[in-house]
Amino acid sequence: MSIAATFEIEFLQYLDAEGKLVRDDLPAIARDVRELVELYRQMLFVRVFDAKAVALQRTGKLGTYASCLGHEAAHIAIGSAMQEDDVFAPMYREYGAQFIRGVKPREVLLYWGGDERGSDFSGPAHDFAWCVPIATQCLHAAGSALAFKLRGEPRVAVTVVGDGGSSKADFNSAINVAGAMQLPLVAVIVNNQWAISVPRKAQTGAKTLAQKGIAAGLECLQVDGNDLIAMRSAMDHAIKRARHGHGGMVIEAVTYRLSDHTTADDARRYRPDDEVKAAWQREPLKRLKAYLVGLNAWTEKEEEDWKADCAQRVDAEVNAYLETKSQPVEAMFDYTWAELPADLAAQRAQALGADKSH
Amino acid sequence: MAQITLIEAVTQALAYEMKIDPGVVVLGEDVGVNGGVFRATVGLQEKFGADRVIDTPLCETTIAGLTVGLAAQGMKPVAEAQFEGFIYPMMEHIACHAARLRTRTRGRMTCPAVFRAPWGGGIRAPEHHSEANEHLFTNIPGIRVVLPSSPGRAYGLLLAAIRDPDPVVFFEPKRIYRQYKEEVPDDGEALPLDVCFVLRDGSDVTLVTWGAQVKETLEAADALAEQGVSAEVIDVATLKPLDFDTIHESVRKTGRCVIVHEAPRTAGFGAEIAARLADEALYDLLAPVERVTGYDTHIPLYRLEMKYLPSVERIVAAALRTLAAS
Repeated sequence: MSIAATFEIEFLQYLDAEGKLVRDDLPAIARDVRELVELYRQMLFVRVFDAKAVALQRTGKLGTYASCLGHEAAHIAIGSAMQEDDVFAPMYREYGAQFIRGVKPREVLLYWGGDERGSDFSGPAHDFAWCVPIATQCLHAAGSALAFKLRGEPRVAVTVVGDGGSSKADFNSAINVAGAMQLPLVAVIVNNQWAISVPRKAQTGAKTLAQKGIAAGLECLQVDGNDLIAMRSAMDHAIKRARHGHGGMVIEAVTYRLSDHTTADDARRYRPDDEVKAAWQREPLKRLKAYLVGLNAWTEKEEEDWKADCAQRVDAEVNAYLETKSQPVEAMFDYTWAELPADLAAQRAQALGADKSH
Repeated sequence: MAQITLIEAVTQALAYEMKIDPGVVVLGEDVGVNGGVFRATVGLQEKFGADRVIDTPLCETTIAGLTVGLAAQGMKPVAEAQFEGFIYPMMEHIACHAARLRTRTRGRMTCPAVFRAPWGGGIRAPEHHSEANEHLFTNIPGIRVVLPSSPGRAYGLLLAAIRDPDPVVFFEPKRIYRQYKEEVPDDGEALPLDVCFVLRDGSDVTLVTWGAQVKETLEAADALAEQGVSAEVIDVATLKPLDFDTIHESVRKTGRCVIVHEAPRTAGFGAEIAARLADEALYDLLAPVERVTGYDTHIPLYRLEMKYLPSVERIVAAALRTLAAS
């Protein structure tokens, strides 16, 4: 018998669900306690923001909103591992990564609050906005990575897709072309076990989602997506090798969607409470807090003070969002083209007339 | 000066723009060493290198998605769909992303890309190689739809399409790729993207068309002239945004209009022109607007395809009906 190819997928974890180290060959980030505390603070901020956003939707002050509850470690690791020059092509719930990149919470709220100006955000101008057509963003990241490669720029494109999105042609096309062209692309599959109501096992017969990258010729890794240290270490590795011309990588971040898919969804219809309860035991903040408290780097008092601080900052963002007046009716026309064609100018005038008559 | 065909004009325009703008890259299937299955990109990889004339994996979704990413990061990609019948996997990226990147980010990101595709029937090609589907794109806000019908217009309009700051779907009528040659100076002069071309002046009836059907329509105008009917012929060429003024001006003069296109009739782009005439030119009309189009069937395999495409006879008959009506 001759073997044409073999592969194995490493599972990376440093912190278990209780916050205990499971190995001692620690990456640099694990020893940088000050940085870990900072990242923990950001995870907590995102959680406070997320709860507030859901509350805004429930009280009629926000449209449909996609929660990021449970994904904080994955998202903060992604954002903190990237440089400003790199390009981020998110799906639609990676607020933690985006906040680190300069996107303001009020801009997230504006987007879900029905205003395009949310996507004209304060983050890097080259970052893509939220992408609702599933997995299409992966190819935009690949195209960005191709632009960097053609121009000889040491930049990396990072994209995020879900476990459901990993079934789509666009995801597979993106990692395929990244392998064929040796593109600096890091594709993170945030596997939160549920694509709205469809469980992970219904997406593919493959044992891991990470191994999809094998077929594309990329390096692959499965990571405990609730372990910030493992996630950040994986991202640092993937971004470094991509930046140095060693090609793309697929990272599967194994986590759990603790919330509904969006505020328009009711997950109780399709998944058992026990599963969700068990997932709360593995959630990302609890374990990092336990680890930091164990190192005497974080206290309950600091936790309470920081939460209060977060609530205040989030309130300020919410107020800024609520005080943002709608754009005038002509805004729907004015960004369609660089220059408004005559036909559309006529429709714009009509719309203005109709608007005034009300 | 050399005389060139329509497809050679496409190559000439690509080469001109690649020479003056290092941001222009060509990508698609077989566009590199092979120079494209119709030879539209022949010699370009030799001249500009494999980094600028890029053979992609065989996946239209990949081509379109890469194109959006490249354009969003400041490149000027010119993507090729090998045939218009293979453009459907690209539509999501064209409609959901290329077309709305500017507006959904309030101008923060833009998509200066061209999506080229050989278009239309009449070359005895296999199934899915002969569609006329321009109307599926003209309904999408934020993209231009361009369909040249002569070497000179192919050159000038493609240059304009590449230079345009917004995405352009650029269909090339493959039936007339090599129909005739004309002198096309390689002077980098672009044509406007929002002006129809009046190919022939006339006073009795306006024949409005685009793409390969310009050939039959001009022949129909000749046939009508023999019967003493003076037909004006307009090549729309830039379907979206539509230069309705030029069409209206002509109809104001002739009072009659026949719209000719090879795409299916229902909700074809001719319906939009007819509706605009009803809205804005009803009192200038002496006869009902006629449409001579493909039927509401799929274009048949090649034994019957010429029965599907509008013929000179059908165009002449429609024009005579408008004259008989008034």
